[in-house]
Amino acid sequence: MILQPGVIALLLASLGTTGLLLYAAGIGIQILRGWDVTSSNEQQLMLERKTALVSSIIAILLGFQIATLALFIYTADALHPLFTGSMCAVGTLNVNPFGYPTLLAKLACTVISGIWLILNRADNRSSSSPLTRTRFLWLLALAPLATFESVALVTFFMKLKPNVITSCCGSLFDGGQATLSSVLAGLTPLPTALVFYITAIATLISSLYTWRTGRGSRILAVGSVATFITGIAALIAFFCLYYYEIPTHHCPFCLLQPEYGRIGFLLYGLLIAGVITGCGSGALERHKTKPGLTRVIPPLQRRLAIFAAVSFTIYLTLVTYQAAVSSFKSG
Amino acid sequence: MTPALDRQRNILDFTLSSLLRRRGKLLSLVFIYSTVVFVLASIMFFTHALRREAQILLADAPELVVQRMVGGRHDPIPLEYAVAISEIRGVSGVQPRFWGYYYDADLGANYTLQAVSDNSLQTGNIAIGAGLAQLRGLGNGDAFSLWGSDGQPRTFTVSRVFSPASDLLTTDLIMTTEGDLRELFNFSKGTATDLSVAVRNPREVQTVAERIVELFPDCRPITREDIQRTYTAVFDWRSGILLVTASMAIWAFVIFSWDRASGISASERQEIGILKSTGWATEDILLLKLWEGIIVSLTSFLLGLIGAYIHIFFFSAPLFTSVLKGWATLYPSFRLTPFIDYYQVAILFVLSVFPFLLATIVPSWRAAIIDPDNAMRGGA
Repeated sequence: MILQPGVIALLLASLGTTGLLLYAAGIGIQILRGWDVTSSNEQQLMLERKTALVSSIIAILLGFQIATLALFIYTADALHPLFTGSMCAVGTLNVNPFGYPTLLAKLACTVISGIWLILNRADNRSSSSPLTRTRFLWLLALAPLATFESVALVTFFMKLKPNVITSCCGSLFDGGQATLSSVLAGLTPLPTALVFYITAIATLISSLYTWRTGRGSRILAVGSVATFITGIAALIAFFCLYYYEIPTHHCPFCLLQPEYGRIGFLLYGLLIAGVITGCGSGALERHKTKPGLTRVIPPLQRRLAIFAAVSFTIYLTLVTYQAAVSSFKSG
Repeated sequence: MTPALDRQRNILDFTLSSLLRRRGKLLSLVFIYSTVVFVLASIMFFTHALRREAQILLADAPELVVQRMVGGRHDPIPLEYAVAISEIRGVSGVQPRFWGYYYDADLGANYTLQAVSDNSLQTGNIAIGAGLAQLRGLGNGDAFSLWGSDGQPRTFTVSRVFSPASDLLTTDLIMTTEGDLRELFNFSKGTATDLSVAVRNPREVQTVAERIVELFPDCRPITREDIQRTYTAVFDWRSGILLVTASMAIWAFVIFSWDRASGISASERQEIGILKSTGWATEDILLLKLWEGIIVSLTSFLLGLIGAYIHIFFFSAPLFTSVLKGWATLYPSFRLTPFIDYYQVAILFVLSVFPFLLATIVPSWRAAIIDPDNAMRGGA
């Protein structure tokens, strides 16, 4: 266990948010059981009021998740000198098997809270709240995930013991061992970039189609998940070389450092924004015909689609520009 | 402006005017909140600045120091070891070092004595730190006596006083020639206190260290990285301990803000009642409360942060110097280089603003669902 201010802050934030989310999930169960929009008795009135509470909890939670996601990576990076052989956040996350699961769970929580808020927004626009059950089912999925994240986070920090020899990013991202991140780094740069370009352009076309016609949101959702994944893969395998200008450096976290203008925050932020809005648009699709939502969902979907298109376009432009102007040239 | 932004702006406007109407309540909350931030920020700025100073200083430390251990304790090292170590592949130089501590019973202070490795001092001359010079009222050319380990006093002439700028390193330092130090401490011939080893390629330090242990199992090689890691861990640990102590304050503050947010006054109830009866929805009131929380949080956060900055970097942390630095009679006086890391600010934000927002969500909601009819009549 390392008693570092960043660790204390993360533990505090994680326990606080998970506690609150479990409380919200408790309300969610009450709502799923007793919700009856046609009734006007006192219980239904109270439940309706409680949905407002849950929305504020999740909105604040999303803000916290995004902030602690960045803080988690920074703390991992700040701790790396304590572990012999680790050169950045990658080394710290590899010290024990709980590092990467925590990171992935945090990422998943962020995306799901974002989608939840989109559903919430659609629901609030309609007077009869037809999405209440759906929203609270999503909430019940989010609660265990957040609990898992908290447990993984606590275990990760509890099991950190300084001085354990860890693989540093130099050896890890050379593609020697078969971990997820080294697999990503070991992908052949050019084909990976090509796959990313094809996926991203297909997603862009699909989002513009949704924006113009209001249809095809499910395809957009699949496309934005694919763009998100290939975007990260291509960033690690190909584009980061142009940022670092070193042919062997494939670290996903060094982009967050001031040496590279903290460009990683913008790049990852754009990908996360794109995947949340793209998936949000898809998640609304099946509720489009519900009474009370026929006039609410289509304009919202179109706005989400254009938002996803803009996020992915900026991302695409930034990385392409870097590859074009960087003094680094790959074979 | 889009309608959504307009809505936020109007609610923000209303929140500000409503907060200013209840100035007294606001001020007491901001005062307590910013005090909490001030304490946390002071701890973090201070330890971080110290750690940075240590890192900057250690950047010039020898790559590898070799000490001989006897019975688990540091013992003088034979000079033959130096010859053998200098023959290891990759070693570019070995420098024997001579140093020791001297206890001044008159003042209850400890000095560090070290021999110069070049010819910058003549026999009988010493160079001393500014702190020591001030403590004993010494200047260039003055005589200064030290008791030798044989019980006899020896008198030295001060030939140089280090500039106060190097206080952190030199405040208690006395530099002598190797011969004077050997005589004063009665060091046996053919030994040194430890060896400083220079390694040509920094990546080979670990390999050289392993080779040294193979050759001389009674030796302990200490790499610069070891020292840096230890310092980082010690400073992290110290600030962590202080933060854990301070977390009681955070906890008290959470209870306070919960209580504050729950116990809304009759006039506030009435205000919410009127707002709701004029068409504000529960969501709008929640938004109003959220803006209130954000305004209070950011104001207090900035006030606390600025206060801590002044406390640490202008006044050198008078409030907890003794806890964090250690204890000594002769203490370096130094002003820390002002330095703020975004990472530290982010940690502070999570430590202070998150608990406040978390503690006020449920009470805000309770306030927002007040029945307008009841509230305007002044009932429960």
